[in-house]
Amino acid sequence: MARIGVFVCHCGENISATVDCGKVAQVTSDIPGVVVSVDYKYMCSDPGQTMIKEYIEKEKLTGVVVAACSPRMHEPTFRRACGEAGLNPFLCEMANVREHCSWVHDKNDVTTDKAIDIVRTLVEKVKRNEPLMPIKVPVTKTALVIGGGVAGIQSALDIANCGHKVIMVEKDPSIGGHMSQLSETFPTLDCSQCILTPRMVEVAQHPNITLYTYAEVESLDGFIGNFKVKIRKKAKSLDEKLCTGCGLCCTKCPVKNIPSEFDQGLSNRRAIYVPFPQAVPNKPVIDKEHCTYYIKGKCKVCEIVCPTKAIRFDQEDEIIEVEVGALVLATGFDIKRANFFPEYGYGKYKDVIDGLQFERIASASGPTLGEIRRPSDGQIPKKIVFLACAGSRDPAKGIEYCSKICCMYTAKHAILYKHKVHDGTAYIFYMDIRAAGKNYDEFTRRAIEEDGAKYIRGRVSRIYERDGKLIVVGADTLMNAKTVEIEADMVVLATAGIASPGAEELAQKLHVSYDQHKFFAEAHPKLKPVETNTAGIFLAGACQNVKDIPESVAQASGAAVKVCGLFSNDELTRDPSVAVVNRTAPPLFSTCVGCFLCQSVCPYQAIEKEEIKSRDGKILKTIAFINPSVCQGCGTCVALCRSKSIDILGYTHKQVYAEVDALLNTL
Amino acid sequence: MNEFEPKVVAFVCNWCTYAGADLTGTSRIKYAPNVKIIRFPCTGRIDFMLILKAFAKGADGIIISGCHPNDCHYTSGNFHAKRRWMVFRTMLDFLGVDVNRITFSWVSAAEGARWAEIVNTTVDGIKKLGPYDNYRKMVNQETEVNNG
Repeated sequence: MARIGVFVCHCGENISATVDCGKVAQVTSDIPGVVVSVDYKYMCSDPGQTMIKEYIEKEKLTGVVVAACSPRMHEPTFRRACGEAGLNPFLCEMANVREHCSWVHDKNDVTTDKAIDIVRTLVEKVKRNEPLMPIKVPVTKTALVIGGGVAGIQSALDIANCGHKVIMVEKDPSIGGHMSQLSETFPTLDCSQCILTPRMVEVAQHPNITLYTYAEVESLDGFIGNFKVKIRKKAKSLDEKLCTGCGLCCTKCPVKNIPSEFDQGLSNRRAIYVPFPQAVPNKPVIDKEHCTYYIKGKCKVCEIVCPTKAIRFDQEDEIIEVEVGALVLATGFDIKRANFFPEYGYGKYKDVIDGLQFERIASASGPTLGEIRRPSDGQIPKKIVFLACAGSRDPAKGIEYCSKICCMYTAKHAILYKHKVHDGTAYIFYMDIRAAGKNYDEFTRRAIEEDGAKYIRGRVSRIYERDGKLIVVGADTLMNAKTVEIEADMVVLATAGIASPGAEELAQKLHVSYDQHKFFAEAHPKLKPVETNTAGIFLAGACQNVKDIPESVAQASGAAVKVCGLFSNDELTRDPSVAVVNRTAPPLFSTCVGCFLCQSVCPYQAIEKEEIKSRDGKILKTIAFINPSVCQGCGTCVALCRSKSIDILGYTHKQVYAEVDALLNTL
Repeated sequence: MNEFEPKVVAFVCNWCTYAGADLTGTSRIKYAPNVKIIRFPCTGRIDFMLILKAFAKGADGIIISGCHPNDCHYTSGNFHAKRRWMVFRTMLDFLGVDVNRITFSWVSAAEGARWAEIVNTTVDGIKKLGPYDNYRKMVNQETEVNNG
């Protein structure tokens, strides 16, 4: 006979504000099998957990239902508590009366009744729960870091310095990410390259880090501690072992007019190229789309000039298979490009540029060697207009969120401009100045007070060209929305930060959740900001949301700690919710009829054929067998099985049918 | 006058819709209390006989919801659920079951507001359709015939 304990949590006032917790406890105590039903202010607190433990021992409970928050929040907490009191942890279930009830309904009897129904449902489920033993699996102590920007670099170095092997995959020919493109960084104005490039070199030289540049993740199989990853190493058309990085090929290549990705199209590169002088690895790749040899079948100038004969035109993409225990996603972000702002003439007028282009112009290694010269004619702009919130916080453009970094980098741009063009004037159109961060507000004050940037609160409706000037038409909302017209020489749009292209595709390959803007979703907005919903996969940097450098680095170290924590175990315990094929007495052996329809739907190839043999080795029956260490517990086979011979532990037929009954109160 | 309050059962997957409904709560978006959720690991696990069971036991409407296509935690469970649903729906329709009482949808873990919207739309729809006594009468008659 079941002896169930029901523990109703008030969650401070989060539940008790709309649900009558006392009544829930009282009504549910009448459910057959419930021997104790109590309510308490904070069930997850130490006294709350102690109370549960005491009741388990005193009342010899065979099952526990905690009516509180979502099981996604505290199921592990209460299961651990039950385990400590000697009850199998899988005999504890949570009734979600907070997220699914008290927070979404008003205070009335209906809400309390719903809470009671929810508890009843879980009581009926837990009566049918079976004690389960966690499955132990080994851990591969190698991490895969996807993305070689500042976040990926930080994570990789932190993990590698803890003594674990790291594999880093970067899709571009060099690591460094967006940070390597920046001129100076806020709020200290230290040179971005100077602080980043030593770390890039450290990654390349670290004995624990294997770096694959110009490579992408092809597929992911397996589960936490035991992932199998296929990496596509795109053909660089180069033998990296022979190449010394002398760069002769890059100076002799006849194809000279390809817009440089690194310089944001403000300079040109060759078809064989190193993205920037400080690239890591500092070895060229051939861009097959533009190389004359690949297009027309002849040229091979690079091959002729190469002193070490390192060019390999016949090189093909290589698929590398690696086994890793954890992944860190650090794929970064991108910004909105041309065509998104027809009203601003971005993409139409050469002197309307984006923030990243301005970084290149201001950078000492950029196309103008650090002089502020506009792209159209190379003149020094005397009047420059910056537009913060170009696309951000604009529901009409589909981007409701604040891109967070633009206020700061726009202030930085204004300061850099004034430091280089002393007689110039910088105007900044802004919605609000969001400068929350250490020394951030001081920095924007400095732009205004010391460097004389003219901040205009309002938005720009239109930019057009008149007599060689860019006319910026906006409103000054602090001057009664008076129309402002500025004849500018150059305009810089702080365009919205967006998820990096391919983020959605990658998320689908890795089975990681993402939000409506294609940023990867964290497991919990507050308490699990670096975890994803997929165990063993962690987030670092701007792939989760647009972030500045300090935040990206902090999160990257956070992700690294999570990985190292995981690797501190030699084995992991896995959720034992796996599918099993029933076994019965002979001569039936199992209700499985051996149709093996389940085999074809299993996403993990976990289903094998099992032969039941007599003592003399004669095959009596062939039935399905589900390998518990491979099965992930999706249950697709369960629903499909025509003879209902498969059950999934924790979600058995008995349990879910009883839940339906209990939910509709018809038992 | 007492307005008809339908009973709606929601079968949802753990990874997307259950988490999405959690987000509805975290965001404090109010919705109709008529819907009660049963958690499954994946929509692929949902045995559609549960639909008939729920109708027979007093449900007036049903929601089945999981991850968006391509987002399934288990790669393909939601595709299996969808295909199975398309076949099952035709069969239910043929048998005379009111398929308008069943909402099949995708709600991701980030779509708290969408969950509230789906619940409210479904509940409004079922209110217009009224209680599903027809089905229960039919089932009970059959039971009597079988027992008799």
